[in-house]
Amino acid sequence: MNLTLKIWRQASSSAPGGIHTYQLGGVSEDMSFLEMLDLLNEELVTKGEEPVAFDSDCREGICGMCSLMINGQAHGPEVTTTCQLHMRSFKDGDTITIEPWRASTFPVIKDLIVDRSAFDRIIQSGGYISANTGSAPEANSVPAPRDKAMHAFNAATCIGCGACVAACPNGSASLFMGAKITHLGDLPQGQPERYSRVVGMVAQHDHEGFGGCTNIGECTAACPKGIPLDVISQLNKDLRTAMVHGF
Amino acid sequence: MAASGIVFVLFVLVHMYGNLKAFSGEVAFNEYAHHLRIFGEPMLPENGLLWIIRIVLLVSLVAHVGSAVALMRRARAQRPVKYQVKRNNASSLSSRTMRWGGLTLFVFLIWHLLNFTIVKINPAGDQSADITENPYRLMVSSFDLWWMTLIYLVAMLALGFHLHHGTYSALQTLGWVNSASARAKAKIAGWVIAIVIAGGFSLVPLAVLFGVID
Repeated sequence: MNLTLKIWRQASSSAPGGIHTYQLGGVSEDMSFLEMLDLLNEELVTKGEEPVAFDSDCREGICGMCSLMINGQAHGPEVTTTCQLHMRSFKDGDTITIEPWRASTFPVIKDLIVDRSAFDRIIQSGGYISANTGSAPEANSVPAPRDKAMHAFNAATCIGCGACVAACPNGSASLFMGAKITHLGDLPQGQPERYSRVVGMVAQHDHEGFGGCTNIGECTAACPKGIPLDVISQLNKDLRTAMVHGF
Repeated sequence: MAASGIVFVLFVLVHMYGNLKAFSGEVAFNEYAHHLRIFGEPMLPENGLLWIIRIVLLVSLVAHVGSAVALMRRARAQRPVKYQVKRNNASSLSSRTMRWGGLTLFVFLIWHLLNFTIVKINPAGDQSADITENPYRLMVSSFDLWWMTLIYLVAMLALGFHLHHGTYSALQTLGWVNSASARAKAKIAGWVIAIVIAGGFSLVPLAVLFGVID
């Protein structure tokens, strides 16, 4: 199929960016979206032009590196990551606009690549459990109820891709935080640090410059892992409890 | 935002109930209006309860608008470069109109207070005390004008939209929507509150316009 690609090009984080238009032919519907971009880059390199910079790593939907705003939707029209999006979701002759995540907390490094270190700093400010290193503990020594374990696992599927922030009109990372709060808060191992965790993570989130949540739900619709809005309510509940108890 | 919003939801609920007294006639309506002034006497001074409510509402308004402005500023600072293309996939129309709808309600509130509380303006023209100091007559005289009824209906549409997302959003912010079934109930609560309150308020101006109340 033949496509018209409108792609954001930006030489560096300090340089001004803009949309460049490319015509690309010979695209198979079995290609993934990133393979389609690989094809474009091969053509650009052959012509002696600078290839389009974009992020990818595992290309199997579990690492959270690929991050593209495709026609105004984070990760494109399907509920999956950009690497697992296939060109069969598009038609011959389509115009596709590709942009990086837009958030001051995710500065553009080059073209479509953004720096998501702010997520790492939020995790570092509470999104973990403190455990002694050494040999792994016996898995069944701390029992977790099955429903809690399943709920925690669903929240733990967050890959930290940043689609929630990209899709949110406020640029809030509440779904990302809520997923971690719910994941650890559901399990016995997460209890000792439960309330200092939520206070620490929210403080870092606000300090980074992420926006406030207004519960409109664009994040959960964009999430490739389908993490529900419930986790934001859980985040708010834990934060309320923490404030009442003076954390 | 959620706490001050709940104050407003409770207030408009009681306010709407009071307005429906218009269907009981002039005497009952004016008696209700008068009773609000002497509520709690002699434990409270005249207008005591009203002033307590006014102060609570004013503090809530400052908190509500302050939170809204803070949220808006954070959102603007977070996305200095706009998307060339951006689609809304899940958000309701009501959630996307909270800021403009809130501003609409604020402008309406100023007129509403001038109309019925602070100045008691009769938009029909006759400013004699017979009408302006008689709550029932002032109401009927106002809503006999089609454009006044229209202004109030537009404001109630804005209120319905605001309550639809606001109710659900407040429950979520307070951390009471932690499962799929709780979410379904919270969304229904948003619909019910919006329809009951905006609908209940709209009945009176419509009844006046169509001559059911005169």
